[in-house]
Amino acid sequence: MARFGFISEVGRRLAKGPTVYYAWVGILLILAATGIVAYTKQLQQGLIVTGMTSYVSWGFYIGNFTFLVGVAAAAVLLIIPAYLYDFGPIKDIVIVGEALAVSALAMCMMFVTADLGRPDRIWHLLPGLGILNLPRSMLGWDIVVLNGYMFLNLIIPGYILWQAYHEKPADMRFILPFILLSIPWAVSIHTVTAFIYNGLAARPFWNASILAPRFLASAFCSGPALVILLYQIVRKYSRFHVKDEALFKIAEMISIAMAINLFLLCAEFFKELYSDTHHLSPLQYLYVGLHGKGVLVSWIWFATAFNLVAFVIFIVPATRKNFATLNFGCVLTIVGIWIEKGMGLIIPGFIPAPLGEVWEYVPTTIELLVTIGVWSIGLLILTFILKIIVPIETGEFTQRTVASTRLGPSGVVA
Amino acid sequence: MSDTQDSLTKKAPISPDGPAPDQAEGSLPAKRQAVLPDRRTFLTGIAGLLGTMAVSSCTWQEFFQQQFQRMTKKEIEQTVDRLQAEYKQKYGKDFVVGTESPIDGTLFGYALDIQRCIGCRRCVYGCVEENNQSRDPQIHYIRVLRFRDGNMDLEESNIYYDPEEVPEKGYYYMPVQCQHCANAPCTKVCPVRATWTEPDGLVVVDYNWCIGCRYCMAACPYMGRWFNFAEPVIPSDQVNPVTHYLGNRPRMRNVVEKCTFCIQRVRAGKYPKCVEVCPVGARKFGNLLDPNSEISTIIRTKRVFRLKEDLNTQPKFYYFFSI
Ligand code: SF4
Ligand code: SF4
Repeated sequence: MARFGFISEVGRRLAKGPTVYYAWVGILLILAATGIVAYTKQLQQGLIVTGMTSYVSWGFYIGNFTFLVGVAAAAVLLIIPAYLYDFGPIKDIVIVGEALAVSALAMCMMFVTADLGRPDRIWHLLPGLGILNLPRSMLGWDIVVLNGYMFLNLIIPGYILWQAYHEKPADMRFILPFILLSIPWAVSIHTVTAFIYNGLAARPFWNASILAPRFLASAFCSGPALVILLYQIVRKYSRFHVKDEALFKIAEMISIAMAINLFLLCAEFFKELYSDTHHLSPLQYLYVGLHGKGVLVSWIWFATAFNLVAFVIFIVPATRKNFATLNFGCVLTIVGIWIEKGMGLIIPGFIPAPLGEVWEYVPTTIELLVTIGVWSIGLLILTFILKIIVPIETGEFTQRTVASTRLGPSGVVA
Repeated sequence: MSDTQDSLTKKAPISPDGPAPDQAEGSLPAKRQAVLPDRRTFLTGIAGLLGTMAVSSCTWQEFFQQQFQRMTKKEIEQTVDRLQAEYKQKYGKDFVVGTESPIDGTLFGYALDIQRCIGCRRCVYGCVEENNQSRDPQIHYIRVLRFRDGNMDLEESNIYYDPEEVPEKGYYYMPVQCQHCANAPCTKVCPVRATWTEPDGLVVVDYNWCIGCRYCMAACPYMGRWFNFAEPVIPSDQVNPVTHYLGNRPRMRNVVEKCTFCIQRVRAGKYPKCVEVCPVGARKFGNLLDPNSEISTIIRTKRVFRLKEDLNTQPKFYYFFSI
């Protein structure tokens, strides 16, 4: 009975909201549907509908996947201070961060599936039924760590919210081991994703040991930047309140991560420019073009400019503590890292091809539509999760409130 | 893919005198009636279902098929029968789908005389015909790089040359194909072990097991792998019906394929097609484990080199200078 009450209350809460909510969900549903139609076309005709070739064999899908793994991993940055140092204001944000991680992971999984030539054979990856090539394949490891991280990000907030729903305090002895485990695990998901590219001697652009640290540094910029924005939206539309101080603290952490990210970028530039070997070619392709070809050049310069401006905004306390500039900085960071860790990382890895050809890649309309579709589904998931967990966190949605709404004034079940 | 999809979406025919529309909605009993078909609908339905299964039975077998190395002898036989029937239907020819195993004491190796190659690309087209590569979109396992004399910089090489006559003055040629690396990055990265090295050194792909993630393409330093982005097209009159399961049998869309040193030929004691068609005899092939084979002699006595040896891929493909 209680369970039924919970589920119907969830349904009721998802169906109700202000007009902006309906508009937002409506737009997302339309975009998701468009994406699904585009994906059906891809299923019918094969990956020929994408811009990928045997020269540039991964493209926009894998670029978005890489970016989103970073977003998911960044939840750890929020967990560490919240639980280890018991920094109060951030603790509430963690739940929002974990909701973000769950939806980012869902998007990651959709992106890799969209990238597969034969999604009908996905069962070949299931250990037992199929074969998961462990320990040799990094893609195999990525599947393991992403699923494990998904599990952790469901169980931790799931348990805390379950207790909150029943108005009982969370038993730290039960949940702390999971929380502690989730910290190295978050690092591992982004490290393993970096290792997918990092381990390929055939691709000098990725084959630099600095890649994994750079991945983490950039993830710690874009993920928390998303959380800062997300949190302001949440607190505008709900009774969930966290002090500005917490957001400023996150902004401070972003500034450190950005400094490290920029430093590592310089280190990479130095190594390639000073030694001036053929390893330089992909970087050359990315930043100035190679053999007259360079569709990414303007993109990467925009991304670099965005990151630099954002860095200034985050490092100066006055701009960091002003919501107008702070939000602007967050948007710049997110877009900048999305370009840099997406197309800016994947495509130059393939250019020039191993035998020297320079083949460019541009995503097709179908790829763009599928990508927009995946993002829309991800944002829908995020919206729905937040719509349920925020009221549980604030105590508006508990077993008791559900029971009382189900009881009529005379105490009879309505 | 296409046949899988068709059979999955194909529905049993619906009887024209099925439930009336007003019956389908409304009260519960009416709904139940709609679910319970009358006898005629039922029989038509069964017939349709059996019909669909008859057409697609192979599709279900294909879907649940195990990885080649894990199949029992019986499963292999059944799979081969199914494939032969499928190809016969598609191309109107009787196919042989061989499953010959490696011969003990053999490790295949390849050598190419870089001084003799004239860049005519007969190997490229011989390979396409022998190995049933898609004509549209085009796939070529062998690519002949042209270098300016005195230069061996891959970034300066070119495969798009079109002279009146070869060889051209001031240039030399270097054909590149899968190098059948002993330490092959492509097999290491595959998440489902759809590709592996056979005991005789051939690096093969189980096309029915590949999930199309293209990780192996990112890992190969020699452009040894090709992806069927669209349904491969081979005209029936050009298709080669003498095939091997791990080699030149017709591939499906969205899987990876590659040079296998013509597994269907070399396990039957023949030379790879590219060796056979080379007009100047620049290509040599044989057993590395036999010290008296031509290939072993070349490696021992000529000046040989392997491409990108610093990557420790340990190719079994040697380039050499005959004089
Ligand atoms: S050349 Fe490429 S495809 Fe061939 S074995 Fe080596 S890595 Fe694999
Ligand atoms: S494309 Fe196929 S063979 Fe290559 S790594 Fe992926 S599953 Fe393995």
